[in-house]
Amino acid sequence: MMEMPIVPFLIIFPVIMACLMFVARAENVRRVLAFSGAVVIMAGSVVLAVQWFMNGSKLMTLYVETEVADHCILAAEILLMCVVTFLSFKYRKYWVCLLSIIPTCAMVWYELSGSKGLAPEDVMVRSDGIGLLSGVVGEYHIYIDRLSVLMCLIVGVIGGLIAIYAIGYMQGYHNHHKDVEDRSYYFMTILFLFLGAMFGFVLSESLLWIDFFWELTSVCSFLLIGYTREEEAIHNSFRALWMNLFGGCALAVGILYFALQYGTVSLHVLVAMGEAKEFGAATIAVALIAFAALTKAAQLPFSTWLIGAMVAPTPSSALLHSATMVKAGIYVLFRLSPAMHGTTTEAMIAFVGGFTFLATSLMAIAQSDGKTILAFSTISNLGLMVACAGVGHPETIWAGVFLMIFHAISKSLLFQDVGATENSLHSRDVEDMHGLIYILPRLGMFMFIGIAGMFLAPFGMLISKWSALRASVDERNIILVLFIVFGSATTSLYWTKWMGKLVSHTHLTEAKMNDVTKPTETLSLSVHAVLMVLLCMLFPLLSSIYVNPLIKEMFGKATGVLPDNILVVLVAIILLVFAVPIISFVYSRKMTFNRKGAYMNGVNTGDDRSFVDSFGERKTLWLSNHYYKDLVGSRKLMKPSQIFTVSVLIVMLVIIIGGAIV
Amino acid sequence: MSMTEIILVVCYILFAPLLGGLLDGIDRKISARMQRRVGPPLLQPFYDVVKLFSKQVIIVSRSQIFFLLSYFVLIVLTGAMFFAGTDILLCFFVMSTGATFLYFAGMVTSTPYSTMGANRELLQMLAYEPAVLLTCVGFYLAEGTFNVSEIATSKYSAILYLPGFFIAFVFILTIKMRKSPFDLSTSHHMHQELVKGLTTEMGARNLAIFQVTEWYENVFLLGVVGLYIVNASYYSLIAVVLVVLFTFFLEILIDNTSARVKWDTMLKLSWGVTIFTAGINLIILMIIK
Repeated sequence: MMEMPIVPFLIIFPVIMACLMFVARAENVRRVLAFSGAVVIMAGSVVLAVQWFMNGSKLMTLYVETEVADHCILAAEILLMCVVTFLSFKYRKYWVCLLSIIPTCAMVWYELSGSKGLAPEDVMVRSDGIGLLSGVVGEYHIYIDRLSVLMCLIVGVIGGLIAIYAIGYMQGYHNHHKDVEDRSYYFMTILFLFLGAMFGFVLSESLLWIDFFWELTSVCSFLLIGYTREEEAIHNSFRALWMNLFGGCALAVGILYFALQYGTVSLHVLVAMGEAKEFGAATIAVALIAFAALTKAAQLPFSTWLIGAMVAPTPSSALLHSATMVKAGIYVLFRLSPAMHGTTTEAMIAFVGGFTFLATSLMAIAQSDGKTILAFSTISNLGLMVACAGVGHPETIWAGVFLMIFHAISKSLLFQDVGATENSLHSRDVEDMHGLIYILPRLGMFMFIGIAGMFLAPFGMLISKWSALRASVDERNIILVLFIVFGSATTSLYWTKWMGKLVSHTHLTEAKMNDVTKPTETLSLSVHAVLMVLLCMLFPLLSSIYVNPLIKEMFGKATGVLPDNILVVLVAIILLVFAVPIISFVYSRKMTFNRKGAYMNGVNTGDDRSFVDSFGERKTLWLSNHYYKDLVGSRKLMKPSQIFTVSVLIVMLVIIIGGAIV
Repeated sequence: MSMTEIILVVCYILFAPLLGGLLDGIDRKISARMQRRVGPPLLQPFYDVVKLFSKQVIIVSRSQIFFLLSYFVLIVLTGAMFFAGTDILLCFFVMSTGATFLYFAGMVTSTPYSTMGANRELLQMLAYEPAVLLTCVGFYLAEGTFNVSEIATSKYSAILYLPGFFIAFVFILTIKMRKSPFDLSTSHHMHQELVKGLTTEMGARNLAIFQVTEWYENVFLLGVVGLYIVNASYYSLIAVVLVVLFTFFLEILIDNTSARVKWDTMLKLSWGVTIFTAGINLIILMIIK
């Protein structure tokens, strides 16, 4: 068997980096260390991809004997439980620790007493792919295929860039927030730890390991959200913690139930058994793990934790929203999707995802704070991905994978950009970004690219939506079709509104603002923007050389998702969209024209900013977008949608579990 | 791409503005007669556009032309893709992108009426987009393909399966063609000839470009109406012409007999009609097909 030393390196190195960050209190040293560490992580994920590719891009299963690692993880699990217990006592949220103690104790009990390993003759569900018949069933711990390599690349490259960005950002942050104690070392520590946890999560095959890394990401995000230690931050961080730990409980129950029934903790055996649809315990486990993934992916009714997470400094939001945390939920759902296809779990997940897509995109319309819009849009977009995974059709997974890639890059870009803009503009309200493209040209441009990547043709989101729609029609999922149709209309609305603000002419063009963006921030932003544009241009290629094989790997059959004629049209549109502005720029340069003042239904005072009305009074002009707060505000919609989804989830889970047991 | 399709695309690019302008002229003539006026000559829209092109360029914002030209190119592309028989969903996606550029063209000036009109244009997009996407879903369910040329050459007319979708589409056509009661974005003020919402700050060449783009778009939209009717038999083309003309007349009639509504009424009405007619049609279709 091939050994890949890069795999443990990717998991352990960020942890070492975290320790170094904690120790290195001298700021200059820490900055250099963090920068090089982030570069090494990025390089590491690329090395993993290349090495794996050189080996013929085959499935790889590694590490059958892992006693030492098992013990380390066991110890870390207990340590994690202690941390949670300590903090929940410190901040008097006593009951939260129960959500950690109970599943951890159950897991520890199973690991110390449980029988592991599985006789091959017990489960012979599927003869292809994961070697169920080869006799090594369920004994390896690491599993590498296209999906996990893709996840590693996202975590490594985007996560690494966010770490680089954080170096400069934290400096600017503490210049503006003098009241917050400077614990940048702590922030960087958690940041790196988080990356390590994510690598472990996406590479693990053993469900016990997955459970541990799951809890680790929950606790890391909790610590990041509570960074400022302000009351709101603490409140929000505990909300994030309990919601994610609650999901973790469902995960633990699912895993243990499955493990006790069949004596294996292999994720792929679980999926294969779920696919066969004859094993009740597998069905229950799949449903519970999928439910847990909903909490992680911040779907309704658990969306509030991600919205509350914005109180933390921007790099942590960027991390939670793009490269880590929420993507972990999506990753699990993708893994489970073959098992969910055609079951009640599918209906549950697809419904909740579709509903979240529509409901949160409606709520996003009413927001004017940049970060809040981004948070709602993340949840909404994740909803679409969850729905794609839930349907479990090869085509929807194709769409979902692309949504995930595009979303990771553009969301990370947007969060970082809003953060940098806030440092320069002292506001992150969209209303204050009027004419940003002229005031802070670089940041405005990046923001424009990021938003365009989220929804405009010819960018990939659109194609994903196209195939999601087609697949849900194929699956005859009426309700999902309606969710997608209405949801994409509302999604366009809030993005377009924001973009319109950016391009609006400001009358302060002469007053260009001072761009205080640090070089590391600019570096990260530029790389993101370049990646975004490259992805848009190359995504047909990416589809054929990477994503199509990925689908084949998962479902055992290939689908030609993207017909050739569409591809041709797409390339044409891409060229046009890039060509038109250039042509019209050249054209308008040669144009001779006279300027005139704006029509104001009063006497324009000459600067287009104020007018004299019919009573001879001078009025100043103030332009604002519409927000329809009383119609679609989150205060109005959040509670009802939560109640609705809670009841849907309870009913569906009862049906699934009851049906499987009886 | 077959020969017919190439010819269709070339015809669209060359003659759609002529047809659109002519329809505009007919529209004005009929509207005038409905109001007991004589009305302008049939070719008046062309005179207007020619004059606009020859006028001195006076603008509020230099970059408006960027966005208007992008709008123009994308809408022409939409129609060209449609008549080339490609994917209908993609056509509509390109159309929405074009409409977004029109919104930017309104926003970029930062002037009160133009911005207000642009905001309303955005609301209109929100109102019509679900029906438009559902139209595509309907075609896909009825004919098993998104491909326009395959839909057009199917054995039976799509409308047999899609009466509800057709009603929803004609309903939002009123929004798309900027007809009362849903002409919110381009009318806003009592002196409508002078202040026209989104287009308030467009003058001379810019306004001419906007006008010609509208013609292109109208021809495309009526083409979609025709797609509901057309089938493999050539005789169906007669029905197409009749239905398209009737739909057009219906829009003029609605325009002249209704008063403009507020934005929330428009949104509720169009979403309500979409869910009710297209939604029920969708459910039935999914069950039987």
